[in-house]
Amino acid sequence: MTVDHEQQTRTNGHAYEEPVRETLVMGHPTLRDVTSRIASIVESKLSMKYLLTLSVTLSMLGLGVVALGYTILTGIGVWGLNNPVGWGWDITNFVFWIGIGHAGTLISAILYLFRQRWRTAINRSAEAMTLFAVACAMSMVLGHTGRQWLFYWLLPFPNQMQMWVNFRSPLMWDVFAVNTYGTVSLLFWFVGLVPDLATLRNYVRNNVARKIYSFFSLGWTGSHRHWHHYEIAYMILAGISTPLVLSVHSVVSMDFTVGILPGWHTTIFPPYFVAGAIFSGFAMVMTLLIIAREVLDLKQFITLKHLDNMNRIMLATGMMVGYAYAMEFFIAWYSANPWEMWIFQNRAFGDYAWAYWTMISCNVIAPQIFWFRKFRRNIPLMFVISIFINIGMWFERFTIIATSLHHDFLPSSWGYYTPTWVEVSIFIGTFGLFLSAFLLFAKFVPVIAIAEVKAILPGSQPKHKHEHGHAHAEVTGH
Amino acid sequence: MSKTSVGAIGEFTDVNVLIKAAETIRDAGYRRWDVLTPYPVHGLDSAMGIKRSIVSYIAFAGMLGGLTTALGLQWWTGAWDYKLNIGGKGFFNWQFSMPIDFELSVLGTAIFTTLGLFALCRLPTWYHRFQDDESFKKSTDDTFVITIDANDDRYSQDTAQDLLRRVGATNVHIVQPTIE
Repeated sequence: MTVDHEQQTRTNGHAYEEPVRETLVMGHPTLRDVTSRIASIVESKLSMKYLLTLSVTLSMLGLGVVALGYTILTGIGVWGLNNPVGWGWDITNFVFWIGIGHAGTLISAILYLFRQRWRTAINRSAEAMTLFAVACAMSMVLGHTGRQWLFYWLLPFPNQMQMWVNFRSPLMWDVFAVNTYGTVSLLFWFVGLVPDLATLRNYVRNNVARKIYSFFSLGWTGSHRHWHHYEIAYMILAGISTPLVLSVHSVVSMDFTVGILPGWHTTIFPPYFVAGAIFSGFAMVMTLLIIAREVLDLKQFITLKHLDNMNRIMLATGMMVGYAYAMEFFIAWYSANPWEMWIFQNRAFGDYAWAYWTMISCNVIAPQIFWFRKFRRNIPLMFVISIFINIGMWFERFTIIATSLHHDFLPSSWGYYTPTWVEVSIFIGTFGLFLSAFLLFAKFVPVIAIAEVKAILPGSQPKHKHEHGHAHAEVTGH
Repeated sequence: MSKTSVGAIGEFTDVNVLIKAAETIRDAGYRRWDVLTPYPVHGLDSAMGIKRSIVSYIAFAGMLGGLTTALGLQWWTGAWDYKLNIGGKGFFNWQFSMPIDFELSVLGTAIFTTLGLFALCRLPTWYHRFQDDESFKKSTDDTFVITIDANDDRYSQDTAQDLLRRVGATNVHIVQPTIE
């Protein structure tokens, strides 16, 4: 947001512009320009292209709903799960989607605390992606429970059996972690949105739209007596979201690590999962933002500088993930545990070697191209790489789940898992949900944090600090 | 207290002038006045003489509430109400309670922070006495606005307008009530 020391020192100095730094908003817009550029998106007519895209994504969602309905009515026997592979695409997709969400929180919270001003152009849409991804993840994890209508058994509530949930189980921790994550992300997103909805309320001409924006903006006026509380509250939300985002995927990884299966029972999992989550999340944000900045014409706000920075983060997190892959092998060898060693040999050269090497090529090799500035700023290239990373990160989860499960301790309990059309359709359905929600968001909600962008425009903050200090000194006689 | 008007309003475009103006109005002793800005302006707190926000204390209370709930819930259900031996693990240990302690602390903080923010700002309030004024509406777009309420003790139409003009406001005018 705005309490920006860096900018302050700069405005206190002689010139605002520094030759080394690129501007974050192109074309020197005025405050008015920012309002109308972003707010006009909600006023523009629905184009045929938009409706066609929406109908495609809604059809995907429909397919998913049908497949999920079929699963609920028939039972999860319609999936390809078997003995010994009891987790398949369901948990792969759950971990995949939860991971996607992490970039949103990273951008909105961690980059906020680190005063990374470039985040202002992308935080709103990244946070929205977090919410939609959590919704997708929840549909996967609730779908896999078997008797989905008893989902409330996951919660501690007084019941006729007088039993309580088992708080010693990481699966229980997961329920709390994911629900907390969803709720906190929603609150953070909404608090950030209120001032911008007020801007829309005063901007739109359509009466119905104005009523809706009025309702959701809660009567925000922009009073500084409100901003003053708002900034502290926003800072607190950012502050608590930072450890939260690290905890969520750590808890998800504990679903695996607390199990004693070779390949799952490793201490590297929490940081490895968190790095992977941020990696995959940034890839998804990249994929969607490249499309959004073209379609919604937001190149002025989402500049090459932003994309460059995101590519750097992908390079860094991609290397962390690569390090984790290597370290898993090292520890397996170092443990001198034959089962542990075997499962990793099997991962790289066994039945699922194709999945493993897809993962390695997409996650470790592909992002290396971002060492070069020229490629970090090449839009078609980064679009392709971001899709590679999305695929690679999905395969990472699949590899972890399928390879460890498909070969049990006894050769008699070895198996192989392939999904059925039902699981594939549900996965397509989650993409339908995610993309439909994003399309609706991009059309009806300010996609860029208007107030935040205004606050980082050159000259938007006062130069008074310095003078104020002098005045103060005079008064106190120093 | 003037019943004939809602208050005086003036527009600003330069943020440095706005800060000076806020300081002057603060020093003139007005209490029921406000500065409306499209984005949070740094340094307005002290210029308006606003005290530090208490929202952080509310957040802290939420954290304590969440933590207490988590510890109480896990201890009471596991070690008191229905003891269930699962793999010989303890009925309650702080070690295994950590993830849920953490999650509920964060949840409590987030909920209290948000509700505390809304309560301190009196949101939702879908009405403002200045709401139909054109200058007032501009404050979410590109204009800084200072309003002086008619129910301020020092308020009179002339002095308030004079003061706003003197501190550099443009389009200074009196806002009339729209209903009745």
